[in-house]
Amino acid sequence: MSSQNGGPLLEAEHVFKYFPIKRGILIQREVAQVHAVDDVSLEVRRGETLGLVGESGCGKSTLGRCFVRLFPLTDGRIVFDGQDISKLSRRGMRPLRRELQIVFQDPYASLNPRKRVGSIVGAPLAIHGIGDRRERKRQVQELLEKVGLSPEHYNRFPHEFSGGQRQRIGVARALALRPKLVIADEPVSALDVSIQAQVINLLADLQEDFELTYVFIAHDLGVVRHVSDRIAVMYLGKIVELSPAEELYERPIMPYTEALLSAVPIPDPRESAGRERIVLEGDVPSPINPPSGCRFHPRCRYATEICSQLEPPLVDYGNGHLAACHHPLNVDKETLARATVDDRRTPAEADEAAKPTEPAQRAR
Amino acid sequence: MAEPLLEVRDLKVSFRTEDGIVRAVDGISFTVDEGEVVGIVGESGSGKSVTMMSVMRLITDPNVIYQGEILYKGRNLMQVSRDAMREVRGEEIAMIFQDPMTSLNPVYTVGWQIEEQLNEHYDLKKGQARRRASELLAQVGIPRPEQRIDDYPHQFSGGMRQRVMIALALSCNPDLLIADEPTTALDVTIQAQILELIKDLRRDFGSAVVLITHDLGVVADIADRILVMYAGRIVEEGNKEQIFYDPQHPYTWGLLGSIARLDRPKARRLTAIAGQPPSLINRPKGCSFRPRCPQAFDRCRAEDPQLTVKVGDGHLDACHLSVEDKRARRDATISPELADTA
Amino acid sequence: MATFIVRRVLWLVVVLFAVSVLVFLIFFATPGVDPARQMAGRNPTAETIKNIKHEFGLDRPLPVQYGLMMKHIFVSRDLISYGSHTKVIPEILSAAPVTLSLVFGAAVIWIVFSILTGLAAAVFRGTVIDPLLMILALIGISIPVFWLGEVVNLVTQSRLHGFFLFSWVPPLGYTPFTQDPLLWFEGLVFPWLTLSVLYIGFYARVLRANLIETENEDYVRTARAKGISERRVLLRHTLRTSMITFVSLFGLDFGVLVGGGALLTEVVFGLPGVGLLTYHSLTSLDLPVIMTTVIYGAFFITLASALVDLVYAWLDPRVRPA
Repeated sequence: MSSQNGGPLLEAEHVFKYFPIKRGILIQREVAQVHAVDDVSLEVRRGETLGLVGESGCGKSTLGRCFVRLFPLTDGRIVFDGQDISKLSRRGMRPLRRELQIVFQDPYASLNPRKRVGSIVGAPLAIHGIGDRRERKRQVQELLEKVGLSPEHYNRFPHEFSGGQRQRIGVARALALRPKLVIADEPVSALDVSIQAQVINLLADLQEDFELTYVFIAHDLGVVRHVSDRIAVMYLGKIVELSPAEELYERPIMPYTEALLSAVPIPDPRESAGRERIVLEGDVPSPINPPSGCRFHPRCRYATEICSQLEPPLVDYGNGHLAACHHPLNVDKETLARATVDDRRTPAEADEAAKPTEPAQRAR
Repeated sequence: MAEPLLEVRDLKVSFRTEDGIVRAVDGISFTVDEGEVVGIVGESGSGKSVTMMSVMRLITDPNVIYQGEILYKGRNLMQVSRDAMREVRGEEIAMIFQDPMTSLNPVYTVGWQIEEQLNEHYDLKKGQARRRASELLAQVGIPRPEQRIDDYPHQFSGGMRQRVMIALALSCNPDLLIADEPTTALDVTIQAQILELIKDLRRDFGSAVVLITHDLGVVADIADRILVMYAGRIVEEGNKEQIFYDPQHPYTWGLLGSIARLDRPKARRLTAIAGQPPSLINRPKGCSFRPRCPQAFDRCRAEDPQLTVKVGDGHLDACHLSVEDKRARRDATISPELADTA
Repeated sequence: MATFIVRRVLWLVVVLFAVSVLVFLIFFATPGVDPARQMAGRNPTAETIKNIKHEFGLDRPLPVQYGLMMKHIFVSRDLISYGSHTKVIPEILSAAPVTLSLVFGAAVIWIVFSILTGLAAAVFRGTVIDPLLMILALIGISIPVFWLGEVVNLVTQSRLHGFFLFSWVPPLGYTPFTQDPLLWFEGLVFPWLTLSVLYIGFYARVLRANLIETENEDYVRTARAKGISERRVLLRHTLRTSMITFVSLFGLDFGVLVGGGALLTEVVFGLPGVGLLTYHSLTSLDLPVIMTTVIYGAFFITLASALVDLVYAWLDPRVRPA
């Protein structure tokens, strides 16, 4: 871990992002809101990889985009490297864009088909006026080599590359400005498993070489566990569990995490046949009208009455493991007694009453 | 043994292009028995989709060239008339596709689309088709089917659309269901739902299933037999136990090693398969996998390995390595976490 | 659906208002133009000019002038043409049926033939029929209407008029449908064909491109996988979704033509339609007529685009208002 100053690289405090839905005759009125990110507090530590998992529509991509301020927040604060960036203007964000980069999911759609690889990767350099043309070309060719392409690819077009190679181009573009933080938004979901492994290994190598911090967004817990130091599980705009990667996998507290883990296919027929698979019923509910109380309760097999009435606060179970659940799994009595409501992360109205009344301890 | 449901004999599918002849499928043979689940696994461009599209005769590219035989219930589908083939499609063999977002016609209700198929194959009275469509939607787990039958595809989520596709495919009780990457575009949780559904329906409908995927993890639970394809050929074939516990081809090892596994301690690195699949126009001499294979030796360059039985009953592979060598070497690839601790 | 219609009607009103204000400002508020003098005709007395100035409020502020002008157009309908000194509104009302007859007939022809051509080209892709049809279509697009019209006239009216094929063609001009349906029809056959040639070529090419694009859609593959006949796949799946672009194009072209865009055809065949009226008013800078025909044209174009949106919603459920 490299740390010039002690604090986290990025801190999100009570971040809200709502998208308005408009309707009306001639004049459009706002009739509803999509609660894409709903009161999320999170920190990204220097040099770590923070995994962000959840199903489509859980707000993980939106949160990632909030981190790099691709759009204004509805409410909340984002502090990057000690500086509050949530209120910065477009112009004010400009110097910070060098430090915050994003890699997108679709390697086919995120590269301009009419531009050559050299100008795609070199664009950030040109925009920020770094070096002259020859210097930029040298830097781009160096980057291409770093991401496992060859310098001769400089003059090729994106369509001449396979999906995995395109994703390498996207990574090279993101790294051109030597950013501190890279948001990788489902960088491997569109790729074959064999190619996924290549890209994951590449990202790991680059993290060492460039001292990068990653926020890795994905829906596959297998991949996320492999790359992440810590993992945040999102459901309908909320963080429902946050934990060191291995611990999340050893003892998930939130039933949603348990279900996500059990959904990952295991390439071992005997084990696969033997394990209990929790198949979540139905789809994620609409983020326009999220369910009351715990948002997961309509799909949760442990849900009781309290779950539909009271929103569980994020509770710190020690060891950096936080979860928001009325019926925590894999938690023994002592831990439960020690558990405290993490006040920085919880809404003010969440109170002691929200804590589980009976120590529910279940074997996984 | 009874006659297999589907038997593909030395199938070759090529496409004429400006750059030369692309040999997408280069001489493959396999069978699918009644009620059996066969997984076809390989990377993009390995020919797995082209093979099954050929079985359905769904390739519309005028530059396609076919060779070989595709016997379905003893009848060569390559030679039946267009009209006879239409009767096979949908009624005998049905297919579901990768992207449920684009596989349903956006301008018709899902009910209409299911009824269209029913009416094409059966002589149904008015109302009968609709009732059957609604039953099918219920069977694939769509809530409130009587209402949802009049909804358009865009009103369903991705997982629900894939269910509609499955209902459509099962509407005529086909004997063979081809599922081409049915879960690749979906979330892991929805993937689990769909795989579970396919398993249940196979039990209820008794159809044989061919499941095409790039992820060995997907077929581990569901397939009886697995074909591993690389560059238009089958490089390994065996039952589930053989492929997962005694894999013979280094490509299969690579596919297994590429998966970030939840059931094992975290590996420091995944063993990815280096490089890209080869050009299908100018295939490398000798073994097609040689340029990417860390185990390659002289013979691989000179001689094209044939798919033969080497270890035992029904387990075929196309690799020059001796069985002992393979068994000694493969763990480094498949279980990198063991190498870490050692 | 009701809100949708209401919204489109309101939108129509807003567009018409904007167009009329714009046209009014261009013609009446431009410095150096004295509309009163123009309206008074040749050698007017000072008295007449003064009266006109008063009547149209030309000595009053612009908003009042605009209001009075609109009143003359829509309420009292007594706006007088500079050139012919007749009332403009009745003139347009009598020209409209001519244009409508011309455009409706041509539209039927071009829809039928462009769909047939487009379908044939798409179905016979890979054979000589496809490029042949597309070259014909390109020729159709390239031939200027006025030239084609003159050639048609030359052939049917003089050179080969004696030949039995063309002897039935009546002299140039327009016969109202109510007066003699047969003559109405005979007089319009060649104008219809001439006008539709360009659109047949254009629409056939667009439709072919759309059909071929749709052919690659996943849902067409699904339709085939269902075992549906090729004919049904083509008509119910490929053609049906391809019609979405086709219809939006058609609505706008139709609106433009009814609004006076068939000017060249009307001039060549001596049809006293709105186009011809616009043509004459433009050559003589007849402000009241120009003003009125522009508003009339804008009305049809906006109306057509509103209708297109409705048909669009009918064709494509994804754009239907929830």
